[in-house]
Amino acid sequence: MQDLISLAVKAIFIENMLLAMFLGMCSFLACSKNVKTASGLGSAVVFVLTITVPLNWLLNHFLLRPGALSWLGVSPEVDLSFLVFVSFIATIAASVQIVEMVMERFLPALYSSLGIFLPLIAVNCAILGASLFMEQRAYSFSESVVYGFSAGIGWYLAIVAMAAILQKLKYSSVPKGLQGFGINMIITGLIAMAFMAFSGISF
Amino acid sequence: MKWLQHQFESNEKHFKSGGKLETFYALYEMLYTIHFSLTNTTKKSAHVRDSLDTKRFMILVVIALTPCILFAIYNTGYQSQVASQLSLDFFSVVFRGLLLFLPVLITTFAVGGLWELIFAVVRKHEVNEGFLVTGMLLPLTLPATIPLWQVALGVSFGVVIGKEVFGGTGKNFLNPALTARAFMFFSYPAYMSGDAVWTFLSVAQDKVADTFSGATPLAVAFLTERGASVSEALVSAGYTWDRLFIGNYAASMGETSVLACLIGAFILIVTGVGSWRTMLSCVLGVVAMSTLLNIMAGPDSVAFLHLSAKWHLVMGGFAFGAVFMATDPVSSPDTNAAKWIYGILIGCLTVLIRTVNPAYPEGMMLAILLMNVFAPLIDHCVVARRLKKRIPNVL
Repeated sequence: MQDLISLAVKAIFIENMLLAMFLGMCSFLACSKNVKTASGLGSAVVFVLTITVPLNWLLNHFLLRPGALSWLGVSPEVDLSFLVFVSFIATIAASVQIVEMVMERFLPALYSSLGIFLPLIAVNCAILGASLFMEQRAYSFSESVVYGFSAGIGWYLAIVAMAAILQKLKYSSVPKGLQGFGINMIITGLIAMAFMAFSGISF
Repeated sequence: MKWLQHQFESNEKHFKSGGKLETFYALYEMLYTIHFSLTNTTKKSAHVRDSLDTKRFMILVVIALTPCILFAIYNTGYQSQVASQLSLDFFSVVFRGLLLFLPVLITTFAVGGLWELIFAVVRKHEVNEGFLVTGMLLPLTLPATIPLWQVALGVSFGVVIGKEVFGGTGKNFLNPALTARAFMFFSYPAYMSGDAVWTFLSVAQDKVADTFSGATPLAVAFLTERGASVSEALVSAGYTWDRLFIGNYAASMGETSVLACLIGAFILIVTGVGSWRTMLSCVLGVVAMSTLLNIMAGPDSVAFLHLSAKWHLVMGGFAFGAVFMATDPVSSPDTNAAKWIYGILIGCLTVLIRTVNPAYPEGMMLAILLMNVFAPLIDHCVVARRLKKRIPNVL
């Protein structure tokens, strides 16, 4: 239990997907104009991550990794791990499709404000990144559930904080050349510097 | 004075729009308002009938900082004289202190002021007094032996990236002094990691090194072995509670004395410039978190976890940060409820970073910086909650 808690803290704060790994930047920069939209996109990412990481774990464990097919009686030499990228992306695309359909039906306002960035979660590097980290670090199934969920929460926290800051900065007067993405990059860098408070914590 | 006023007025036409020195209006305005207060009033609506403008606000903070600055000068000189075994009479100590403190202060003001002026001239806004406080705060958080080029680099980052790219004072979201401090901390950790501190040695004929390093109380606390008592280790290293409270030890120049910070806090609270809610909740956060850790820590856990709140409050830069950094009106939240949450989280995070993060011995700076990031979010949540509670007036 303690391992799982420390894994969660690590994924949320110390190795924050966005601020320590800089994964999933595009939708982070594009969809952080206001807290409501950001929180919607963040929840979608949390949901997709919580589903896809364990699903990909199952896929990897029972089909893809070297010798994974032995439960079918296939010889242990069969190694399908070259299919990891393709099949992970397939899982992700499918679950994003589910989220999209649910959101269009029940939250149409949020659906239209997210626009193209909702289907783009499918190619969000944070999502694929989490699955690949899970495979690389050889997590167990329960660990993969916790990791997926808390990596999503970390991403959620970062984008919501960013959106609140941008709302506050509505009255700032940024030089013309820096308006838009330029200043957003600088803000992200400053937030990441503040998040370095956690780097180095070990359990 | 008459002559000065005449000089300003006769030269004003050059700086007004259409004049030949129009570009430098910001410089003219700055010099003029330093000497004379303005008689013209705000032209558009929303007048607040109060004499507290930004200039007065910032000057009050500088006044509140005076005890810290004076103590910083005295203590820096004293530590240097003790370490280099020179005379300890008052004047030579103060002279040595000035010799160490002033170059850092002057560098901060010269470099930071230059940036401020460049931005004011190019972007045509007025030079703002906010920089006065930033320029005072930053030197106080630095060790006495910091190379001046690092100070220049740090203050450039703090003023330009931390503040001016957002449009100047009041439009930034991080405290510029803290941004500068954190930038220097991460760029040159060897000079300012906070676990050892360098005291300047003025005569070094017989020694190779011209500095002398000693462990700060935080390092002593962190290095205490499991099972031993941290407070005893501190006392045996010469850091009694009273000494930590008075601040008569070597560390960053201005943050050692809790007493001087308390005087500053008193001035800030009485004049209504600093928020007592933020200060009090920082203290509450530290007390709550360290008590919780004391209860949770077993006999074989890190010794630092057993240290009581009483010690946490006087160690490191906590008092200085809580009084002068956390209360920054720009980067701290605006609503009162949010101020409580903000302060308590700063306190908790400070203790957590100190005790469980082996990478950094001091947590106050990073805790405030992190909560500056989340301050707008806390504000947003508080306001949203209040809006939800309101009885809808549309049927």
